[in-house]
Amino acid sequence: MLNYIIIATLKSLIVIHILLGAVAYTVWLERKLVGRIQNRWGPTRVGWFGLLQPIADGVKFILKEDLTPPYVHKGLFVLAPLLAVVMALTSIAVIPFGDLIHIGSLSTGLQITSGPVADGRVGDINIGVLLLLGITSLAVYGIALAGWSSNSKYSLLGSLRASAQMVSYELSLGLSLVGVLMLSGSLSLREIVERQQQHGWNIANGGWQILGFFVYLIAAYAETNRIPFDLPEAETELVAGYHTEYSAMKFAMFFMAEYANMVTVASVATLLFFGGWDGPLFGPPIVQALLPIFWFVLKVFGFIFIYIWVRGTLPRFRYDQLMAFGWKVLLPLAIANILITGLVLSLRSS
Amino acid sequence: MLHLVLFFIFAAVCVAGAINLLAQRHPISSALSLIVVMGSLAVLYLLLGAEFVAAVQIIIYAGAIMVLFVFVIMLLNAGEEEHGIASRVATFGGLPAVGVLVALVIYSLTHQSGSGAAATLAIGGSGGSTRDIATLLFSKFLLPFEVTSVLILIAIMGAVVLARRGDR
Repeated sequence: MLNYIIIATLKSLIVIHILLGAVAYTVWLERKLVGRIQNRWGPTRVGWFGLLQPIADGVKFILKEDLTPPYVHKGLFVLAPLLAVVMALTSIAVIPFGDLIHIGSLSTGLQITSGPVADGRVGDINIGVLLLLGITSLAVYGIALAGWSSNSKYSLLGSLRASAQMVSYELSLGLSLVGVLMLSGSLSLREIVERQQQHGWNIANGGWQILGFFVYLIAAYAETNRIPFDLPEAETELVAGYHTEYSAMKFAMFFMAEYANMVTVASVATLLFFGGWDGPLFGPPIVQALLPIFWFVLKVFGFIFIYIWVRGTLPRFRYDQLMAFGWKVLLPLAIANILITGLVLSLRSS
Repeated sequence: MLHLVLFFIFAAVCVAGAINLLAQRHPISSALSLIVVMGSLAVLYLLLGAEFVAAVQIIIYAGAIMVLFVFVIMLLNAGEEEHGIASRVATFGGLPAVGVLVALVIYSLTHQSGSGAAATLAIGGSGGSTRDIATLLFSKFLLPFEVTSVLILIAIMGAVVLARRGDR
């Protein structure tokens, strides 16, 4: 048992540090790419290609004055950014990055919550997908409480928008995954990937979940409050939305939460639709051991690139358009996807 | 061993959250305590091996229903509750009632009828996995399951009708 606790702790430490590094450099990538899209250079001064910019930003956030405005609800004002960042970091726990890793005589799954290894197969909790959806639904509280406890009308409007938007799009998000779950007959992310390794990726010949994927992608943009669905922080109308009153490290926490959520959402899209760590393997054993992780990271990077691309090119929705789109277009599409997938599956089995 | 430690931690958190829910005077604080109670209950379900129930507890109760609670409290901007006569009656009547209830539970647990072996069950031995629940729902309990979904549909339609009344 002690062995298990030590391994789990080590894994959590490593994964969370890699995730935070990824978050910092996603911010850098976004500034660089959006800069190029808008015909500017983005950060260039700190380090080669501005590569040290995230570190400079981190130092800046720590050194800035941490303001707590009067008349805020003190406890919740501090709790809200913590909740946002904790929920965002927790969801990475169930995500598998690869199959197995052998260090000496020890072999363990590349996943924080992986179970014991038996016969070369890694055990996995059988509610991975549900746990992810649950944590996503809890992530609303960080934003909702931030806006309410700030005691400012811009913040409150931002957080009301955020709650309504996230609750509405969560439905489509959850339902868009049902097609994949029906195909694989499992809620374990590991088993879903293993099925795709045998039968092909779910987006292509593994099940043609193209409709489900697009519903998931759009709903995921809304869940992470990114353009074109960033109404909770629409700066032209709400100053900065739910984090108007936040400064220094507390503001940085919301920022970190947003980008960590982007990474998680991209990982889930990779695992459920694009075969996870599946990809061609070649070369000497050490390269073969590292290639699955490389494929996984490459696919996640692709999704983050699309995220930033969309941010650089699309305008923001109007609020009523956002709600109508979520309920009248995405939700029926997600349900249609379930019906079609179910129909095809039952026809094929009979 | 680890199960036992985790059980006592989360049982304590659960009870503390429930007491805090009653003690707090601000609706938001009470709602947040209720979320803590729901969350720790989910962990207790997980410890029992009921994975699906634990996940659904988080998604539906802590996620969906409590978000609506918090949303409504924020929208109405509800202030602190004041102590009235009713709350004093609740204090004087409620505390003895809690004592009686706890005594009853302890009595029924310690003086259980039947053999001791029947009362203990291996963790996860009761079949709480998603597959078990799905098999039961779509075979043995198909009719109650479908009737419940029709009931929920009626409730949704009722909500739509009530919300649209202002249009005419």
